[in-house]
Amino acid sequence: MKTTPMPQHPPALETRGVNKWFGANHANRDVSLAVPKGTIHGVIGENGAGKSTIMSIVYGYQPADGGSILVDGRPVAVRSPRDALAVGIGMVHQHFMLVDPFTVLENVLLGAEGGVTLAAGMARARAELIRLARDYGLEVDLDRPVGELPVGAQQRVEILKALYRGADILILDEPTGVLTPQETDHLFRILRALREQGKTVVIITHKLREIMELTDNVTVMRRGQVVANVATARTSREQLAELMVGRKVLLRVEKAPATPGPAVLEVAGLRVRDGAGVERVKGVGLTVHAGEIVGIAGVSGNGQSELLEALAGMRPLAGGSVRLRGEELTATPDRFTARGLRALGVGHVPEDRQRVGLVTGFEAQECAILGHHGDPAFNGRLLMDRRALFDRCAAEMDAYDVRPRDPRLPAANFSGGNQQKIVLAREMERNPDLLLVGQPTRGVDIGAIEFIHRRLVALRDQGKAILLVSVELDEIRALSDRILVMFDGRLVGEVAPDEADERRLGLMMAGVAEAA
Amino acid sequence: MGDALHVALLLADATVRVATPLVLAAFAALYSERAGVVDIGLEGKMLAGAFFAAAVASSTGNPWLGLGAAVAASVALALVHGFACITHKGNQVVSGMAINILVAGLAPTLAYAWFRQGGQTPLLPGEARLPQIHLPGVEALSGIPLLGPVYRELIDDANVLIWLTVLLVVATHWVFTRSRFGLRLRAVGENPSAVDTAGLSVTRLRYQAVIITGVLTGIAGAYLSTAHGAGFVRDMTAGKGYLALAALIFGKWRPWPTLFACLLFAFTDAVQVRLQGVPLPVVGVIPVQFIQMLPYVLTVLLLAGFVGRAVAPRASGVPYVKER
Ligand SMILES: Nc1ncnc2c1ncn2[C@@H]1O[C@H](COP(=O)(O)OP(=O)(O)OP(=O)(O)O)[C@@H](O)[C@H]1O
Ligand SMILES: [Mg+2]
Repeated sequence: MKTTPMPQHPPALETRGVNKWFGANHANRDVSLAVPKGTIHGVIGENGAGKSTIMSIVYGYQPADGGSILVDGRPVAVRSPRDALAVGIGMVHQHFMLVDPFTVLENVLLGAEGGVTLAAGMARARAELIRLARDYGLEVDLDRPVGELPVGAQQRVEILKALYRGADILILDEPTGVLTPQETDHLFRILRALREQGKTVVIITHKLREIMELTDNVTVMRRGQVVANVATARTSREQLAELMVGRKVLLRVEKAPATPGPAVLEVAGLRVRDGAGVERVKGVGLTVHAGEIVGIAGVSGNGQSELLEALAGMRPLAGGSVRLRGEELTATPDRFTARGLRALGVGHVPEDRQRVGLVTGFEAQECAILGHHGDPAFNGRLLMDRRALFDRCAAEMDAYDVRPRDPRLPAANFSGGNQQKIVLAREMERNPDLLLVGQPTRGVDIGAIEFIHRRLVALRDQGKAILLVSVELDEIRALSDRILVMFDGRLVGEVAPDEADERRLGLMMAGVAEAA
Repeated sequence: MGDALHVALLLADATVRVATPLVLAAFAALYSERAGVVDIGLEGKMLAGAFFAAAVASSTGNPWLGLGAAVAASVALALVHGFACITHKGNQVVSGMAINILVAGLAPTLAYAWFRQGGQTPLLPGEARLPQIHLPGVEALSGIPLLGPVYRELIDDANVLIWLTVLLVVATHWVFTRSRFGLRLRAVGENPSAVDTAGLSVTRLRYQAVIITGVLTGIAGAYLSTAHGAGFVRDMTAGKGYLALAALIFGKWRPWPTLFACLLFAFTDAVQVRLQGVPLPVVGVIPVQFIQMLPYVLTVLLLAGFVGRAVAPRASGVPYVKER
């Protein structure tokens, strides 16, 4: 990383004293940051630190309550994305802004059609996109509907959209959250190619590894403020973590060796089909003992999600047997449901907290008892006992440090990490014998990751059985007592965590080397 | 042979005449629903158009002024709908229903206040109605078999609004597939956030769509009272707004299938009229009420059974609020 930005050139992008309030919430306080031209600039911070907010202000998507924005040293007035695009700022949002049924070409063209009719613009765009694809490795099939593309390709479409509009500054909000490791590598190659061509890149992420690997400079935010601006070469993961959270953070999980007890979950020959009838789990057998964490590693889309959902009673089995504490569950189909399993002491933290784990329109206190709403503790003779709900949720919020600590706030108004904590609290505080956990720390900041990991280990030490599915290799390696690797619907091997280096796991996950 | 052809031509002619307001209304809704604004207020806007067209044509003797008034009234109602649903993010179904109820009461009341004829407008004389277009060469062609009668019965002397509707269908197809406006309109109905972040105004696009809806429903209303009919009578839309909406769903929100659905509904209506009082083999004369049910029964059956999964534009019915 040998970029020495020319000192005489003003920063490509600069914000000075930007403030933003959401009601009483001061989301950005005097945010000042400068991004040198031709560099990749990281922005990190806890969930809710205000990273997305400052970037959407720069992009004109939200109005600021004061402060100024400068591009190449000149103050600019960005009141809408149109203004931002006009001064060369493009943005790839955390949730993609694509029209699914449109083709890639149509998506790129939208808003930059170049005429009342489409024909001429289409031809021009096609030629230009082919050039961009060649220069930056941004290959996508221009005539496929965007909705049919994998996430990685959709993200490339977003980047193409920005570049086609002539963006010199590209902002990406948590671009790697949904990508597989291969897609992430591809993205990073693209971003480096952009830097090579003199473009400026701003990237928000929670993954310190990516910051160290990719960026030239980092801005750290905490509670709406910029707390540090440092050159990446002169910092370390530990220092960044401390700056973010305001205290020392353990990047490694501390745990004693497991002391496994009797088998809690025994699965044999499990087969599961997805919604389209395609077999996604093709005969899986595994055992999880009391007091151990079994991690399932794999590139997403290899059947892990379906496996977890089937075990949680959310998907019918196409075959196989499932035993809980020695008792065959498939023999009693009416108990092998999401509800029946709850009663048997199975907790489930679903992969998709927004769609499956929460009802985002419900208040936090209501979300905190989903699936347990029949529990007499929360019910009076006729109506629900709101007082009990509130107290229960407030206690959980205290224990899990959910911010803001307001049980009456709708779940949608919490940041991602805090939503995750609400779900975790609900599932873990019911004292399950078996906990099924999917992607527990997706989109979650490192302070919260540390906390979640500690809770999972503590639960294990109480003698609970935990089955963990995650696409984060670091997480799998840090938490698991045994690692199973899944590829194309089958378990292709088992590794002890101390033998599991990244290369070996990577090869197994790619289906190359079977349990070498 | 000649007789069968004659019957077929009469049926086709009736189908076109009945289909015209349906097509106008269904295409009106096509614009607004593809932009993400559900409009069940077609009925009310059409009725307002019908009343103002007839009232103004009757007062001034000029059907074109009537057409202008119809469009103005209908656009005004469309803007009310837009104000409630786009600017203030209100519930689109409630707003549309409110417009229907409002006009159903208001039109006859105004008619009564204005003309004192029991909630109707006076019967319009021929020159106060929208004209038919007489084409040359009817005599010259009449000798030719098939083409001659078709030209005479079906194509010649069609109302000017029928021609306008034909133009509309072709133009709409072009707008939706080839034009910048169409691309943006389809996008805003699928994912308004994408439109917003592309630097376009969601509000502006949706207002444009809603105004087009107003223009077209106004024309549909004018057709009912000053082209097809000769004056306004209470409830003269008789559910056509809802039928048009059904056609739009049946056509899966696409121009050509929607046109086809409208023609199908109109055809069953034409058949229905011809069957009234005609003894059928085996069953004899069917009571007229049953026959009149035909188009509606067909609607229910088609919607329930044959359409398959009709996927509405993703964002239709949802007011746009910036995501967090
Ligand atoms: N549209 C909104 N309405 C109300 N509050 C909001 C809105 N958007 C953000 N906030 C609040 O502003 C603060 C900053 O949010 P922001 O989305 O910028 O955080 P972030 O740093 O991007 O977090 P994450 O890492 O979870 O994405 C949070 O407290 C959040 O709850
Ligand atoms: Mg964010």
